[in-house]
Amino acid sequence: MILAWITFIPFAGGLAAWAAARRGARPARWISVAALAADLALLLWLGAAGRESGAETYAVVRLPWIPSLGVGFELAMDGLSFLLVLLTVFLGLAAVLASWTGIERETGFFHFNLLAALTGIIGVFVAADLFLFYFFWELMLVPMYFLIALWGHERRRYAAVKFFLFTQLGGLAMLAAILALFFLHGRMTGDYTFQLRQLVGTPLSPGEARLILAGFLAAFLVKLPAVPFHTWLPDAHTEAPTAGSVILAGLLLKTGAYGILRFAVPLCPEAAAEFAPAAMVIAVIGILYGAVLAFAQRDIKRLVAYTSVSHMGFVLLGIFAWNEIALQGALIQVLCHGVSTGALFILCGALQERTGTRDLERMGGLWNSAPRMGGMWLFFALAALGLPGMGNFVGEFLVLLGAWRASVPLTVLAALGLVVSTVYAVWMVQKTFFGLNASNWRIPDLGVRETTSLCALMAVILWIGLYPGPFLNTARDSLANLREAAHAVLEAQSAPAAGGDHDRP
Amino acid sequence: MLNGLWLIPALPFAAFVLLAAAGKRMPHPAVAAIGTAGTGLSAVLALLVGFDYALRPPAGNAFVQTLWTWMAAGGFTPEISLCLDALSAVMIATVTVVGFFILLYSTEHMAGEEGYSRFFAYMNLFVGSMLTLVLADNLLLLYLGWEGVGLCSYLLIGFWYRDVANVRAANKAFIVTRVGDTALALGLIVLFAHFDTLSIRDILARSPDRWLQGSGPAAWAALLLLGGAVGKSAQLPLQVWLPDAMAGPSPVSALIHAATMVAAGVYLVARMHGIFTLAPEVQALVAVLGAVTLLLAAASALAQSDIKRVLAWSTISQIGYMFLALGVGAWSAAVFHFATHAFFKALLFLGAGVVIAALGDEHDLHRMGGLRRELPLTFWSFLAGAASLAALPLVTAGFYSKDLILYQAFASPQGSPWLWAAGLAGAFLTGLYTFRMVFLVFFGKAGLPVIRKPGVAVSISLVVFSFFALTVGFLQMPALIAPVTVFSDFLSRTLPVLPVVAVSPATEILLLLDALIAPLIGASAAWWLTLRRPGFTARIERSRAGSALHRFWLAGWGFDALYETLVVRPFVRMARLNRDDVLDLFYGGLAWCASRLSYRLCRTQSGSVRRYALGVLAGAVIALGLVAWFKEFP
Repeated sequence: MILAWITFIPFAGGLAAWAAARRGARPARWISVAALAADLALLLWLGAAGRESGAETYAVVRLPWIPSLGVGFELAMDGLSFLLVLLTVFLGLAAVLASWTGIERETGFFHFNLLAALTGIIGVFVAADLFLFYFFWELMLVPMYFLIALWGHERRRYAAVKFFLFTQLGGLAMLAAILALFFLHGRMTGDYTFQLRQLVGTPLSPGEARLILAGFLAAFLVKLPAVPFHTWLPDAHTEAPTAGSVILAGLLLKTGAYGILRFAVPLCPEAAAEFAPAAMVIAVIGILYGAVLAFAQRDIKRLVAYTSVSHMGFVLLGIFAWNEIALQGALIQVLCHGVSTGALFILCGALQERTGTRDLERMGGLWNSAPRMGGMWLFFALAALGLPGMGNFVGEFLVLLGAWRASVPLTVLAALGLVVSTVYAVWMVQKTFFGLNASNWRIPDLGVRETTSLCALMAVILWIGLYPGPFLNTARDSLANLREAAHAVLEAQSAPAAGGDHDRP
Repeated sequence: MLNGLWLIPALPFAAFVLLAAAGKRMPHPAVAAIGTAGTGLSAVLALLVGFDYALRPPAGNAFVQTLWTWMAAGGFTPEISLCLDALSAVMIATVTVVGFFILLYSTEHMAGEEGYSRFFAYMNLFVGSMLTLVLADNLLLLYLGWEGVGLCSYLLIGFWYRDVANVRAANKAFIVTRVGDTALALGLIVLFAHFDTLSIRDILARSPDRWLQGSGPAAWAALLLLGGAVGKSAQLPLQVWLPDAMAGPSPVSALIHAATMVAAGVYLVARMHGIFTLAPEVQALVAVLGAVTLLLAAASALAQSDIKRVLAWSTISQIGYMFLALGVGAWSAAVFHFATHAFFKALLFLGAGVVIAALGDEHDLHRMGGLRRELPLTFWSFLAGAASLAALPLVTAGFYSKDLILYQAFASPQGSPWLWAAGLAGAFLTGLYTFRMVFLVFFGKAGLPVIRKPGVAVSISLVVFSFFALTVGFLQMPALIAPVTVFSDFLSRTLPVLPVVAVSPATEILLLLDALIAPLIGASAAWWLTLRRPGFTARIERSRAGSALHRFWLAGWGFDALYETLVVRPFVRMARLNRDDVLDLFYGGLAWCASRLSYRLCRTQSGSVRRYALGVLAGAVIALGLVAWFKEFP
């Protein structure tokens, strides 16, 4: 039951914050913080207990929901889900803290949307029933739409609609794939169910598997995003309020990666193996294309948004290389990109709040008036370029190391991304904090609240960078299980086919 | 004693953390104390550990200290572990001692600078990263230090961040070296793919069994490692960042050029010597790159008028000598030249810093002059450094290390008279450009007036470095002068000894004489051209061919312009052109089509009843048609 609590505490907190907002913004903010802090405590307790017990899954919830349709309320958390939920709550807390002063209109409804989106994301990470998964998938979409459309910047309507259309279309394709799988499995076994553990291993003809995989990937590749489905991202990230950008870049993109890992590949391993070379090509194109575009941007949030395209390319590369090193790398990259990009968006928000602009051409020379902010900006820019000692390096290096076994030329091209990322990283430092202070900015430095939350993010990056052991260990079994499940299906499907061939002559 | 090894890099890191966190609120003396103490204590410890290691060598001549497992994924288990052997002992001693005296100098030289604590923080991070690099027991940890020094050079070259030119120089240094670093990272991946480990000792131990000499993977691995080395050590074709790197304060240049950063490439090749031995073509390439670089850079140094640029090109040239040595398998000669170079180049940059500050931030050699009377201590110490750089015979450290390289370039099995000749020509050019600088700065007519004189801390540093610049060479002398081989004996614990081809005594004497005479001729030529016949020099520079050559060398053989047109500008133009993301046009087009369609459909809502009736009729016909159709094909 504890899993259900973890999932819905943010939602309940959001409702409470909405209700409390009648007494002013402060109670709404504090209730949100308290709800997330409680959630975090519960989660850490669960994690500690789970590790002690040594069981594969930390917690499971199985309740009937719509039994006539085979829909169950089924949640499960293993190491992989645990890490991602941890990231969600942690970044959620940072996002609430980051919107402490920036959001003044409709604070209650804002916090409700923020926390509802978090519940959706947590649900996505723990759902073990495809119908429920789809439910949570949609749940995170709608509040996000409102966050962008209501509290966003100049072109918020355009960005919100674009975001909604892209993800909704992908989501519909996924729904079709889920239903197809449901009926195929039901027709074959007579057991009409959405339970993931039942559906894994459903024998599919190559054509069916390809179509179903395409449906899932339509949702996940758009969300990730992979080039060429990425163009919603720069608009959405740029126009969203700071907290929205943090959640988009830090968490929403990760649901795409998680979906591929947990659903797309295990459900259709053969088709996924077939698609892997193409996916890796897309990934490498994304790494380079995103990095080059990041360098070209004038809008600071757009720049950071494009770096996400580049970094998520590494995640995609790691996932489809599908060996232990690469998968571990992809996971670490997911965690660290979430934290470091979240921090960059928080800093972008702080910059915009102080200067009133996001235009790089109008900034410059800010170090003198805000050295602490400059140091933070520098730190997270270095994380973005993958400096060793920071978690992002661990992720990228493991991905490259693993991808080498899958494809040498693609690994070499992906490594070029390290050079281009240096170019945009030094560029984004130069145009903001270094150089001449032509516009005579005198901005206040980071306050206590901002410093604290950024220091926490910094500590995580350094922790993963220097001692990722606990994170790697937590995820090891889950990732191994996913690989085993996929291999088992591959073998099971190739064995009867081979046997059939023997019978025929 | 050896168990304190981890403290050697940890102390500078601790100083960095302290200064980064609270340095801004500290008074300057406290900042200076912490800043120098971090590296200073580390130096004391490094010397103690070094002596302990020398006197009581541990089993296998290597002491390994494992701190923790960095990461573990699928058989990839690099550790955070340090290894002390003869090579790293020499490196840590040099790095910390040179680093400490540079920091001591900085306490005074940087006084009153905005960002005083930032400076000391970065410098300590720099030293700490370099120590991590040379102490690393595996290549991934080495890579951490490797990137760390790259980062620090970026931060320190751009220390005066308000001037965009400095920031550009910093960016250039970071990006260019990062190109090399990426090659190195790929090299690491290749090595892991073949050895399933990144432990340096394991790779070196297993490589002779795993790879045949001259095999493909060995060549690729060596080539990729070399890519990293030429980036950090500013060798062809990635040398372009170093001349611009003098945008940072003088102590930074001293640190980059002497003890940290540029030495990293030399260290890497020496450390991975086994891989290069297995790839003879690549090793030959190392020698050729070194020889070509040393000549090109020496010629460029000749044409510079900025005192720090002369020194920067001289560094590229001297590192070229080290690569030449590495390329012929003279591992310990390369490390020996690194050590002597560290002392005299630090000395020269610190001296140049005094001169520049004395003349009110003047860098131009032609506006200096006659400073030997005004700045006697600086003059004598600069002279010591210059003599060592030019390798004036017998009394300077540079002579002994360079002579060793020249001799081994000739006598090594992989050596050749051509490589030797290039080195000798370089020795002549070094004498020429070094003493041209000395004569222009300290002799002749007085230039600008002196407005600032060195104080105690600066003087102490200069004297100490002068002492080392003259005496370190006595650790290793040619057999014809005195049979001292302390340095190569010590290094032979870790690095293979070069099997020298026997040369006749006459040849040996001739080689030594050449090495003795070439720098002297260069220095005399410099005297003749700058002091005796300045008019002649000016005439050459004014002639058409002379001025063209001068401009070409001044611009460093046009590499910057080449990269600018071939790489930088096309990249920037392409990126800017696609700023709005051409892929979005497709979706924008879809949206446009949808809105046009909707507009068209809206127009059917015209209010004309006849049209509506027509629409209803058409709809009914289509619907009935469909029903009929599907009845036929159930």
